[in-house]
Amino acid sequence: MSQSQLHPLWQLVLCRIRVFYRQPEAVFWTYGFPLVMLTAMGLAFREESKETILVDVVGPQAAAFEAKLSKDPRFKIKQPAANEWRKRLQTGKTNLVVETGESASELPRFWFEPYRAESVLARESVKNAILQSELPPEAANFAESHLEEIGSRYIDFLLPGMVGMNLMGGGMWGIGFVVVDMRVRKLLKRLQATPMRRSDFLLSLMLVRLLFAVFDMGFLTLFGHYAFGVQCRGSLIELAAVMLVGGASFAGIGLLVACRAQTTETISGLMNLVMLPMWILSGVFFSSARFPEITQPIIQALPLTALINALRGVMLDGEGLFALWQPLLLLVAWGAVSFTIALRSFRWT
Amino acid sequence: MSFAIRCRNLVKRYDGKPPVEAVRGVDLEVRTGECFGLLGPNGAGKTTTMEVLEGLLAATSADLMEVLGMSWGRDDMAIRRRIGISLQETRLTDRLTVLETVVLFRSFYSAGLDPMEAIRRVSLDDKQSALIEKLSGGQRQRLAVACAIVADPELLFLDEPTTGLDPHSRRELWDIVREFRSSGRTILLTTHYMDEAERLCDRVAVIDQGKVIALGTPVELIARLGGQHIVDFSLAENSQPFADDDLRAISSVQSVRREENTFSLSVGEPHVALPALMNHVQETGREFATLTTRHATLEDVFVTLTGRHLRDEGESK
Repeated sequence: MSQSQLHPLWQLVLCRIRVFYRQPEAVFWTYGFPLVMLTAMGLAFREESKETILVDVVGPQAAAFEAKLSKDPRFKIKQPAANEWRKRLQTGKTNLVVETGESASELPRFWFEPYRAESVLARESVKNAILQSELPPEAANFAESHLEEIGSRYIDFLLPGMVGMNLMGGGMWGIGFVVVDMRVRKLLKRLQATPMRRSDFLLSLMLVRLLFAVFDMGFLTLFGHYAFGVQCRGSLIELAAVMLVGGASFAGIGLLVACRAQTTETISGLMNLVMLPMWILSGVFFSSARFPEITQPIIQALPLTALINALRGVMLDGEGLFALWQPLLLLVAWGAVSFTIALRSFRWT
Repeated sequence: MSFAIRCRNLVKRYDGKPPVEAVRGVDLEVRTGECFGLLGPNGAGKTTTMEVLEGLLAATSADLMEVLGMSWGRDDMAIRRRIGISLQETRLTDRLTVLETVVLFRSFYSAGLDPMEAIRRVSLDDKQSALIEKLSGGQRQRLAVACAIVADPELLFLDEPTTGLDPHSRRELWDIVREFRSSGRTILLTTHYMDEAERLCDRVAVIDQGKVIALGTPVELIARLGGQHIVDFSLAENSQPFADDDLRAISSVQSVRREENTFSLSVGEPHVALPALMNHVQETGREFATLTTRHATLEDVFVTLTGRHLRDEGESK
């Protein structure tokens, strides 16, 4: 039987791959879920570039005011019932409420939400429209151009974030959870009782993780490209290199989280403890620069922040690996330190 | 005589509050080619002893510990290559097949059986492509044994190989063990089934509370009771119970045991003891409720030594 001649490392790798493809739920969470999420996000933010301003007009002169505003196609105007408009403003169904006075000469009152950018924008736009209607047409006839460039849309920003998030999740589930599950099953103990080399075992986990990382991330990037036209400005090889470094780093962190946990409940808790702060802080869905200045040293030191910065560097800014040495070095350090500690304190039973 | 395993004054203490001394000075000599059983109730220290000998736990102290003439801590890899192990409870990967699992374990050894041969020896040939999650308890246990024998080991450790199995599956496993032994190899197994120890083992060490309390062939141990036969009886409700001394006075009765209303007499010659007992009951105006005779078992040995039953501690941990 030729199969039995295989080196234990390849047998271990082969078995892990088989187990993965025989678990439909694992396949879904790895491939299906990111696609569903990316598609949903892509669709939700698709209309973003079209400028539409939602304005409610109320009061005695509402009809006249609407007629004045409706010359500008950007305004979507409604005249809600008198008791409705406050609620519409509160819940974001409209950006601005214009309350007109008794006579046409009386200036209207603006109701808006100062903390919502769209609301402030709507107020300025309406003001502007009224002022312009008083002036000769040529007074504000600015020439306008805009960037129609790929790479500046939300989906372009989101995709590297999703890739980073997936590499983190893959390391946690693909290494952390798998190891603890094997420990709970006493399978680690059983393996320890054989002459299997421990380095073969750990290496097989790492190899399988990186193999899946390449597949998953390639799949996600291709999907982003064909479904939403997301492009990579930097070199694809360098993008793949960043993904591999990220995958390896989170594999090390996954192993560290799993090195002593005795139950699957413990490991689930630990994984959430590690992942949740980074989901929020590391800039998956919005830029991490939005958090206050004093928190930045911590946020920038997180491995997911480093990974996402490096991915966006290659995909959006077309930077090379040398320009990205800082986040890459940080990732390598996270991975190496975690892996070393994990090896020292690893429990087989 | 060569020994597969030798240990003297083996101690294993688990740190904790308070520290638990699971094994308290065990001496064992397992001869090459024999099937040796560690018999005892749950919690007696059988599995701990086993796992120390398997190199999975470090002994707290031992005056001597040799496995196949080598020592843990010095020759770990060399020992691991030559032993096969089935742990008390291992849940192998559900989504691998029988053959894939055995091939994986075979790959860790430089020499050994063909994986299909190992599967054939445990009669799982027709299940070779079945996923482990589809196997019954008995089949899983046999697969665990296949993973242990695929290395063609000289020494096989089986920890409670038949616990929780139905009678048919137990007998199948016994056959596998016997076949393995017949090729001149050594087996160390633990069990809390006295019938398993009696039928399978050449020699048995009875373990209780971390110590060996009796050692010998099953026949020897039973013979040490003084009588090979047991007479169990109980008296009718209106009869006054016997004092133990009255019964001991009956000829050929070696020892008397009493549990609730049942008396168990170990008896050398039932054809002498039985008529005497019946006469005695009749003469004193008592009446039997039940009366049976049987061969003595290791269970009787254990009860005589400890005053407790093997199964007292409950079947499950």
